[in-house]
Amino acid sequence: MSENAVGKSTKAPKPVARKEMTKWQWTWKEMKRNYAAYLMCAPYFLIFFMFTVLPVILSVFFSFTVFNMIEPPKWYGLNNYMRLFLDDEIFIQAIMNTLVFAVMTGPVSYLLSLFTAWFINELPPKIRAVVTLIFYAPSLSTGMTFIWKILFDGDSYGYANSILMRLDIIQAPIQFFQNETYVMPLCIIVALWTSLGVSFLSFIGGLQTVPKDQFEAAAVDGIKNRWQELWYVTLPNMKQQMLFGAVMAITQSFNFGTVVNDLAGFPSVNYCAHTIMHHLQDYGGQRFEVGYSSAIAVVLFIMMIGSNMLVNKILNKVGQ
Amino acid sequence: MSKKLRTRNHKVVLNRSAGGDFGITVFLVVFGAFMFIPLYYAIVQSLKPLDELWNYPPKFYVVKPTFSNFGDMFKSMSSSWVPFSRYIFNTVLISVGGTFGNLFLGSLAAYTVSKIKFPGRNMLFSAVRLSLMFTATVTAIVNYMTMSALGLVDTYWALIIPAWGATLGMFLMRQFMVSGISDAVLESARLDGSSELRTYWTIAMPMVKPAWLTLIVYSFKDLWNTGASTYIQSEQLKTFNYAISQIVSGGIARAGVGAAAAVVMLIVPVTVFVISQSNIVETMSTSGMKD
Repeated sequence: MSENAVGKSTKAPKPVARKEMTKWQWTWKEMKRNYAAYLMCAPYFLIFFMFTVLPVILSVFFSFTVFNMIEPPKWYGLNNYMRLFLDDEIFIQAIMNTLVFAVMTGPVSYLLSLFTAWFINELPPKIRAVVTLIFYAPSLSTGMTFIWKILFDGDSYGYANSILMRLDIIQAPIQFFQNETYVMPLCIIVALWTSLGVSFLSFIGGLQTVPKDQFEAAAVDGIKNRWQELWYVTLPNMKQQMLFGAVMAITQSFNFGTVVNDLAGFPSVNYCAHTIMHHLQDYGGQRFEVGYSSAIAVVLFIMMIGSNMLVNKILNKVGQ
Repeated sequence: MSKKLRTRNHKVVLNRSAGGDFGITVFLVVFGAFMFIPLYYAIVQSLKPLDELWNYPPKFYVVKPTFSNFGDMFKSMSSSWVPFSRYIFNTVLISVGGTFGNLFLGSLAAYTVSKIKFPGRNMLFSAVRLSLMFTATVTAIVNYMTMSALGLVDTYWALIIPAWGATLGMFLMRQFMVSGISDAVLESARLDGSSELRTYWTIAMPMVKPAWLTLIVYSFKDLWNTGASTYIQSEQLKTFNYAISQIVSGGIARAGVGAAAAVVMLIVPVTVFVISQSNIVETMSTSGMKD
């Protein structure tokens, strides 16, 4: 760049003086001055809006219509929502299952990630890297979920069955993934197994940023044990990571339907592990009832965003 | 409380009780075993020769380890007319194509919204941040319609193009750039007449290596795990993960091959992660929901 430098310094555009203009004129000037910036981020945001923002807006619109992708959508008012909540018992079951999944996996996975990250933070760096990998690996590949299918296989070759039978706890093998009693708990366990993902790494990163001298200062100030140290020194310093990790954990906790698909199939036996995601798959992907399934998507969207906002508010109050 | 000051990660560690150390060790061992045993069992299963797979009761170790399951993987789907290597090729193509597009477009956008002050940049970034709060499940139906309108259903593009607009890597990169690139350096480059595109490529990008490695890992991992998709109907375009689910549904006779495929499926993202682990942790130290 140095060869370009001579005599070209005047080329750099100057920010426009704001005084003599209205706000809109100024904004317009600034937009023209930064036209390169818009061009540079346009490809990304075009794709982002097309596949992430637009679908949400269109889903809200379609949720008030009847639409089968062949004839144009017809206005249907709130009827899709009425049918969902008043007339669709399986949907109510799906909401309950989704909430059970979210409540059982979200907070637990969040706390497991936080405490595991905190516990391993004091290990020597090399060992910490290995331990991190062990905890993080299950979340790296959804293909690994299948190993649970082998561990809990329905015949006596399943590891769980063979142990239980040898210990004489059961007489005949249990069809774990065909049995309403076991499907949900097992899916939750496997979901937790795969859940130490982004939030876990974010906590590990956050813990590294806590200034070391603060620990020593805190010790002088009378911090008695590691729990006080965690509460008064560590957590306030990694608040940003805690908020980010919460978003990751909550969003993920609503999305464990794939684990159910892999383990118990779709639909799960008697809809016992049927979640909103499955209901959506059923009406959207198989029956092509776009209006109705859009209403399901909107409900799921509101649940995800709502719980994120709520938890964000609560976490923001902690440690103030 | 122990009287002796021990050296650990940070120089002086105070306030550590032996009881607490013991409790933490127990927790890590028990929880670590829970996390590791399924992985271990998958590896053991993948190394078992056929006669050991049929052993009853199933053993938690392998007597005569063999790699034949990994070779059989390629033969196991003989009922399907698509060769097994094709599934792997599809997954590699989608993962690499999607990741590089996401890296290039995402980093360009992250640089723009974090380092150029133009009207609308905060709004754009807020939209990205909000998108972390819901998943692709919500957008699936409309996206299917968009894809069919664009004529992309049943092509690789249906899986690759949306990945270019993936948000997690872009979000983390933007957060890293805010503090990771000094504005003064950029300003002097601009005064030297460097165009924004050139500044981005020659100055900003080399400064945020941890962030783009992180983006690569997340983008690659997501795409690598692509399973059965509504966008893809042709057998010859289906992915490795889909093939595994077909193998595993074959039951115990295929357990060794299924485990072998699952191990291969895991080894690739694990390798990518191990190479870039310290960079990811560095990137994560700047993650946060703030503007």
